Amino acid sequence: MENSANQYIELYESQRELINANSASSLNALRDEACALLRRVGLKKSKDFSATDPEELLSYDYSLNLARYEVPTRKEDLFTCGIPELSTNLHFLVNEQYIDVSSSHLHPSAPAQQYFVGSLRVFAEQYPELIARYYNKLAGNDPITPESKSNADLRMLGESALNTMLAQDGFVLYVPAGIEVEKPLQLISLLRSVDDFMACQRLLIIIGDGAKASLLVCEHDSDLADVKLLDLQVTEIFVGKGATFDMYCLEEHKENVVRLSNVYMHQEEGSNAAVGEFVLTAGKTRNRVYVDLDGEHIDANLFGMVIADNKQEVDNITFIDHKHPHCNSNELFKYVLDGEAKCSFIGRILVRDGAVKTDAHQTDRNLCLTDKARMIARPELEIYADDVKCSHGATVGQLDQNALFYMRTRGIPEDEARMLLMFAFMGDVIENIRIEPLRDRLKHLIEKRFRGELTQCKNCSISKK
Amino acid sequence: MSLLEIKNLHATVGGKEILRGINLTINPGEIHAVMGPNGAGKSTLSAILTGNPQYTVTEGSITYNGKDLLAMSPEQRAWEGIFLSFQYPVEIPGVSMVNFMRTAVNAHREYQGKPALTATEFLKMMREKRAVVQLDNKLANRSVNEGFSGGEKKRNEIFQMAMLEPRLSILDETDSGLDVDALRVVSDGVNRLKSADNASIVITHYQKLLDYVKPQFVHIVYKGRIVKDGGPELADRIFAEGFDWIKQELGE
Repeated sequence: MENSANQYIELYESQRELINANSASSLNALRDEACALLRRVGLKKSKDFSATDPEELLSYDYSLNLARYEVPTRKEDLFTCGIPELSTNLHFLVNEQYIDVSSSHLHPSAPAQQYFVGSLRVFAEQYPELIARYYNKLAGNDPITPESKSNADLRMLGESALNTMLAQDGFVLYVPAGIEVEKPLQLISLLRSVDDFMACQRLLIIIGDGAKASLLVCEHDSDLADVKLLDLQVTEIFVGKGATFDMYCLEEHKENVVRLSNVYMHQEEGSNAAVGEFVLTAGKTRNRVYVDLDGEHIDANLFGMVIADNKQEVDNITFIDHKHPHCNSNELFKYVLDGEAKCSFIGRILVRDGAVKTDAHQTDRNLCLTDKARMIARPELEIYADDVKCSHGATVGQLDQNALFYMRTRGIPEDEARMLLMFAFMGDVIENIRIEPLRDRLKHLIEKRFRGELTQCKNCSISKK
Repeated sequence: MSLLEIKNLHATVGGKEILRGINLTINPGEIHAVMGPNGAGKSTLSAILTGNPQYTVTEGSITYNGKDLLAMSPEQRAWEGIFLSFQYPVEIPGVSMVNFMRTAVNAHREYQGKPALTATEFLKMMREKRAVVQLDNKLANRSVNEGFSGGEKKRNEIFQMAMLEPRLSILDETDSGLDVDALRVVSDGVNRLKSADNASIVITHYQKLLDYVKPQFVHIVYKGRIVKDGGPELADRIFAEGFDWIKQELGE
């Protein structure tokens, strides 16, 4: 395992024609460069205290679907999502590949007249000029700054290069300037395989100047054989001047799934964006979010919720880059860890020289329900400008025993009291969601999760306390 | 049959013995006042009666309504009709009063074999019981005790007592921190909830509450034991002279 990148480089070099034949030329044009980059930077283990080691995880011999064989998918598999029909504008990825269900009644006709939503491969064939302008522009560059002492970004670079080298399809949301998409869009991403399998999920989101949209991404895997699944995800988000965009990711994976996700968001002047990461169940998840505030008067909101038990591992690593004056960023992450869960939150805020009147706040609160649960909380503030308002707070604690006893003396059973307290703990994260029906659905799902009633929760220890 | 019978109760907290042989019998319809200097063990007694897991009973027994109280969980004790008005009510951010009370009331009803209340029935009940202690509707819509003033917290305790209709209520210094008006409202509430079938234990330092809630029995707790029993005249003497004469009687 001295360099697990090599097996992918060899695979690419031997299968280049097959890969290219099953994708679009504007995507193929970037593969050689991505391969060279991967060769140069490798898949280094992170030094940032997160539990996941991408090099080790990627060293496993997964199968890939480079020939793009059709994945046998039943309609009912697509609708296992716990948030059904939130949106009538529903889209599907099955193992990284966009599934066109436009014939279905669930997909009303021609939503794409004013904007594009659908397959990356189709988009790349129709709009090569937009691909040239946006695709891999965030993921392919090292966002490291000369001022910054850390080299966290290098570690994103190798994984993203691997994705760019192999990704053949994916999902695109392109909303041209001035268009407001009123109703939230929903993307259901399903992993489904009878063999050990690796997917390279790729999302490209372009919100033009003054445009507005919101997207819910639901991550699932269907109940097949006990196989190892890995999803290496790259999401690039461009939010134009004065634009508004919300993205909420809801993960309900089983314990056989590894998710390595890299999200890049580029925001321009006066834009307002929110990215929410909600992990209800997972195997190993490592989620990085890099936010580049490239203009003045930008609002950026990052928040997340993790419920982990057994031996689940979830890491959130965020990096907000304040480059210009008068920008606000807000971060709120909350975790409940049970069993032997191992999780981390590493939140870095960089305020560059000249980014005066920056208002940046970060909060990370965590509950460890057992002695064996491990949480690492690591706020990192790097400030090179005067006249800024920055704050951070990180806590790790247990359920309030006094509150628990108080509730029990009122006749509330202990299980129920614990559930109410854990639910209350997550309350303010849920309030950050700007799609109201999603807030209600998520509350319902979280309650089910704490009660052990999610289908993925058969072995859940939280509910058995 | 007596409602509560405490025999030779010994208890510790953090390895330290606080109760050293309490004996107390309470019958339905009675109000008992428990008095004593700070640190005598009054609040420990209320913690033991409600099953606080931080306290350990090392000796003795408590029979409640013919059942072994010490074998029950805190919630079972609540379902059996024991209620504690906390000296320091706990704030629970994020849990609304409505949700908290509905869960509590319906857990009681389930234990009694009754169906859960509908939302309408429950809100009607909330409205009626709120009037007992003049609890502001705004407080009922907030998180449990969060941001409540000291007086509001105590009213909220009596409101919960009205909702749960206990057979044995323990008021642990419910009067502390209350102004005269709030004290009247709270004690009116307590008196309205009194019946021939239920009983109360009132733990207090002050005369005012006992002027409103008139106990038939007064017990003085000192160093983990009940060292003196009497009627209302015993409370009067304590308020007039303090506890020193009791210590002298004990030869200290």
